[in-house]
Amino acid sequence: MRLGAFVTLLRVRALPVIAVLLGILVLWYLGAVWLNAAFAYDAAARSGTELSFSEMIAQTMSQKRPVLPAPHQVAAEMWKTIVEIAPTSKRSLLYHSGITLSSTLLGFVLGTALGIALAIGIVHSRVLDRSLMPWIITSQTIPILAIAPMIIVIFASQGITGLLPKAFISMYLSFFPVAVGMVKGLRSPDAMHLDLMRTYSSSKLQTLLKLRLPAAMPFLFASMKVGVAISLVGAIIGELPTGAVAGLGARLLAGSYYGQTVQIWSALMTAAILAAVLVILIDIASRAVTARMGARP
Amino acid sequence: MSATAILWTGLLVWALTFAANMSLSRIEAKGGVRRSINLLIPILFGIGLLALWEGLTRGLGVPTVILPPPSMIWDQITSSVPILWADFKQTYLKAVLAGYAMGCGAGFVVAILVDRSPFLRAGLLPVGNLVSALPIIGIAPIMVMWFGFDWPSKAAVVVVMTFFPMLVNTLAGLTAAGRMERDLMATYAASYWQTLFSLRLPAAMPFIFNALKINSTLALIGAIVAEFFGTPIVGMGFRISTEVGRMNVDMVWAEIFVAAIAGSLSYGLLALAERAVTFWHPSNRRARA
Repeated sequence: MRLGAFVTLLRVRALPVIAVLLGILVLWYLGAVWLNAAFAYDAAARSGTELSFSEMIAQTMSQKRPVLPAPHQVAAEMWKTIVEIAPTSKRSLLYHSGITLSSTLLGFVLGTALGIALAIGIVHSRVLDRSLMPWIITSQTIPILAIAPMIIVIFASQGITGLLPKAFISMYLSFFPVAVGMVKGLRSPDAMHLDLMRTYSSSKLQTLLKLRLPAAMPFLFASMKVGVAISLVGAIIGELPTGAVAGLGARLLAGSYYGQTVQIWSALMTAAILAAVLVILIDIASRAVTARMGARP
Repeated sequence: MSATAILWTGLLVWALTFAANMSLSRIEAKGGVRRSINLLIPILFGIGLLALWEGLTRGLGVPTVILPPPSMIWDQITSSVPILWADFKQTYLKAVLAGYAMGCGAGFVVAILVDRSPFLRAGLLPVGNLVSALPIIGIAPIMVMWFGFDWPSKAAVVVVMTFFPMLVNTLAGLTAAGRMERDLMATYAASYWQTLFSLRLPAAMPFIFNALKINSTLALIGAIVAEFFGTPIVGMGFRISTEVGRMNVDMVWAEIFVAAIAGSLSYGLLALAERAVTFWHPSNRRARA
């Protein structure tokens, strides 16, 4: 019975996703052949040889600086730079991911804390609500990432480099979704429940801790997912103007300077995996918390 | 005015606007008065913030490299309108608008096509949701290599960034029409396209506008950041990165001001369009007094 349910789940949920992923992989290979063919023919014409169709296909899969590297080239590069090279080496992607991840997480934690604090203030004070909330929403429409390089340079001119400026950008980006989501969440309890708390003659703090915060949990986790994804983007963008020293963003920039497409794609894939893992971790935490709070799936 | 006088004036204006807001938010009013008060409070807050900013930066002698006072930024804006306009034309009118239209359009069309196959929808929805969370902006260097330094490469980044939010939201929106309404369409013997245009697309509009709003911010960010990776000598991202290098922070702030105005205006226009299109939605209905 349980096995049967599991198989159905697998068929209904997993099969379409796997099919779509396979489709993307096939499209990627076709794209690699299509985009790299010109270079392959060009090289053959210069060396005065004729290329058969199958030779051309083989050529497009193994160029050193392809226009679009084939998936297995990216995978091989990632295997080489993640597993084979020691994580302490500057050529290891783990080393760069670690740097990006540390500023992402620091910024994300600070941003989440700031967002929650702001939301609690907004929910409890009418002045803050009326005056701050429109500005929080307006600031969402401003491309904050655009000032990332300026923040880095300003911090650097004051002698602060490394983790903190990047974490600051991540914090700046991640506090908005958390603040907006938490305001919604802290206001989500029914009027009935709030009235019940009042009949218990509970203080504002008790209402906050026992009713508002638990009610806000689903909202918090939903906005944390957005927040952690955007924190990672912020950290990567923050690494661009530092002169390509370390981190996934620096890897991207260095790759684009030297035309190392395989390196760009592997850095990009690593960033994607990192983002996916972070989002999935938050999803797991969210499930655990809501299950602990007695929610039924 | 001396530095201390400026500092205290700034602090005083800020305190006054804050006090005014305190009393304004306590006023019980209805209808037009309430709406104008609700508009006035954030404006006062903004004025107070500007005064505080001006007072603190000039009063305490904060180096302009760290934070220039608003008056200095305004001077820079008024004195370099032609440069700002050229950058705006290059980044916003060319890259952002073209990429936004293509990305949103493609996402919408693909969603309509995919929606006919439940299998594809079940596969694309989780994948699309995940891809929307990925740092897609990282493809900027690749697009610059493929499409060159001028605006098409920026538009390409914008296309990829805006495609997935639109796809996912439209797919979700197309399922939003209720069972009953669909059955009603079936009893009318409505064709697939009639149901789509008269019921399911209107029902999906709140979702579609949500994607359009998210994308309007993403598009601007994408175009500006893509210019960090290589660009002709014009464009908002180019100006920001070069002026930062020359420590001309007031020019950077001027560009940010332009970007903020552009972002807020497009958001506002979308919100107005949304209200016109989804006038039937509960969040837009107003109780008639």
